[in-house]
Amino acid sequence: MTTMTGSRPMLSPAARIARMHKQGKLMALLLFLPPALVLFTLFVIWPIFNAANLSFFKWSGYGAIDNFIGTQNYQRLARHSVFHQSLWNSLKLILASLFIQIPLALTLALLIYKKTSANTAFRLIFFAPYILAEIASGVIWSFIFDGDFGVSGQIAAALGIDPFYILADRQFAFLAIITVVVWKYFGYHMMIFIAALQAVPEDLLEAAEIDGAGRWQKVFYVKLPLIMHAIKLSAFFAIVGALQVFDIIIPLTNGGPSNSTHSIVSYLYTYGLAQLNVGYGAAVGVILFILCMVTAFSYRRLAMGKGGAL
Amino acid sequence: MNRPGFFLALVRAAVLSIVAALVIVPLIATFLGGFKSVGELRASPFGLPPVWRVETYTEILGGSVFWGYIQNSLIISFSAVFLTLMLASMAAYIFAQIRFFGSKYIQAYLLLGLMFPFATAIVPLFLQIRDFGLLDNPLGVILPQTAFSMAFAIVLLRSFFQQLPKELFEAAYVDGCGYIGFFFRFTLPLSTPILATVGTFVFVQSWNNYLLPLVVINDSAGYTWPLGIMRYRGEFMVEWNRILAFVSLTILPALIFFTFTQKYIVAGLTRGSVKG
Repeated sequence: MTTMTGSRPMLSPAARIARMHKQGKLMALLLFLPPALVLFTLFVIWPIFNAANLSFFKWSGYGAIDNFIGTQNYQRLARHSVFHQSLWNSLKLILASLFIQIPLALTLALLIYKKTSANTAFRLIFFAPYILAEIASGVIWSFIFDGDFGVSGQIAAALGIDPFYILADRQFAFLAIITVVVWKYFGYHMMIFIAALQAVPEDLLEAAEIDGAGRWQKVFYVKLPLIMHAIKLSAFFAIVGALQVFDIIIPLTNGGPSNSTHSIVSYLYTYGLAQLNVGYGAAVGVILFILCMVTAFSYRRLAMGKGGAL
Repeated sequence: MNRPGFFLALVRAAVLSIVAALVIVPLIATFLGGFKSVGELRASPFGLPPVWRVETYTEILGGSVFWGYIQNSLIISFSAVFLTLMLASMAAYIFAQIRFFGSKYIQAYLLLGLMFPFATAIVPLFLQIRDFGLLDNPLGVILPQTAFSMAFAIVLLRSFFQQLPKELFEAAYVDGCGYIGFFFRFTLPLSTPILATVGTFVFVQSWNNYLLPLVVINDSAGYTWPLGIMRYRGEFMVEWNRILAFVSLTILPALIFFTFTQKYIVAGLTRGSVKG
């Protein structure tokens, strides 16, 4: 309330607190703010700091943490081919999100952003996979990809050849995962674009039309430039999301065949947490954290140019 | 309509139908799969079942395991929603209503939570939960979920609270209503749309969450439904009809819930992305 606290910067801190108390603010502040802060600190901030610390130790999670090993966890990571593969897989996911998923989502958004009942129905359908749990999606698609049952089984039977197990194939298993990721999340990006497109002022489009702009010109010179902030934001979410993929991989391949389809998080889970290599897992977490931060800061720089949103 | 217009409309319809089919067919195949026998499923994974067998479904619904998972998930998700709404709206109210030294810094601190996901800190988070003695305890899932929803919830709630008319507070204040009273008597009741949005969003995230329960809950009696699906699949391996029936039963409530709360989910998503 600007009118009440106003600008009286001359008061001493003690006097300020006394005044807040008199206005009944202090009580509200002391009752309302700490619970959220404490919980947030205990379960979000502290673990992340602790990860940075633990990543320099070799520790099984029990007893004293005294086996300081410097950067050895990081050195081991740098040498582990499965970790390299998981980084490479995450990059593939990012590229697929940026160059397949977002264009698909954008195209669909342009097709159905106007408010008609048919469009609403399509929107509902396209968004549905986003609501489904990753685990459920993964299980459903592991059925579809199953060589004995799903699509590939059907095709193999029709051609009279041996069934093909996509998820057990080193070459194609990750492609299958990418397919499911795109299937699951394109609707989410589409919704972001639809919201942005609906905010494009109608008179701008009319003005463009009067100036003789055709269908495509309106798309490329009016609509797309005006929703650029949404596209950037969506790209940011796609990258951070791709870095975190985990639940989908577990039911589909569980990281196999021969550890070729791990993501960073499934690698972290398999080699750090499941085996209680606390320091090692923490080191993977730190790297993931850094990747997220780099993404966030590059997004900020990218978006700041035009009054960024985040 | 002119000729290229007609052609484009045709292409548009074709694209939309194909994508819609790619989304729906796997889901329908899953529902139908639960009505088939394994042999029928193998012969025709996507077709209608030759006979509608309900046994697989009734067997799951008749057992206690399925309901146990659903109950655990409901307890965790509703508690996470309740706690998030309560703590986040209280904090957001302070930021929106009271100017005090350090407000900006505390908000920036909380905003850090928007930047990184669960997974980055999952190992120390596990240790933390263990050291608090919360393993195999629903609170071990609820509290971290609440903490990780906090940033997003506070941002949305604060910007909504700030838009409430200031005169209202001034009038109430003159009438002797304090800050705390105003929060319960005016702010919360006036904010149901945003509370519904945030609540729905937190619910969906909590309901679908896999990694955290996986790490925290070992005893299968406390499993949430995503853990349950994986356990069930491990048990029945190639009996896909059972697995598909189980999956159908777990995703059906989610899909129904979604159809009714769609507008809140979408609102949360787009508000979050516009205001973030």
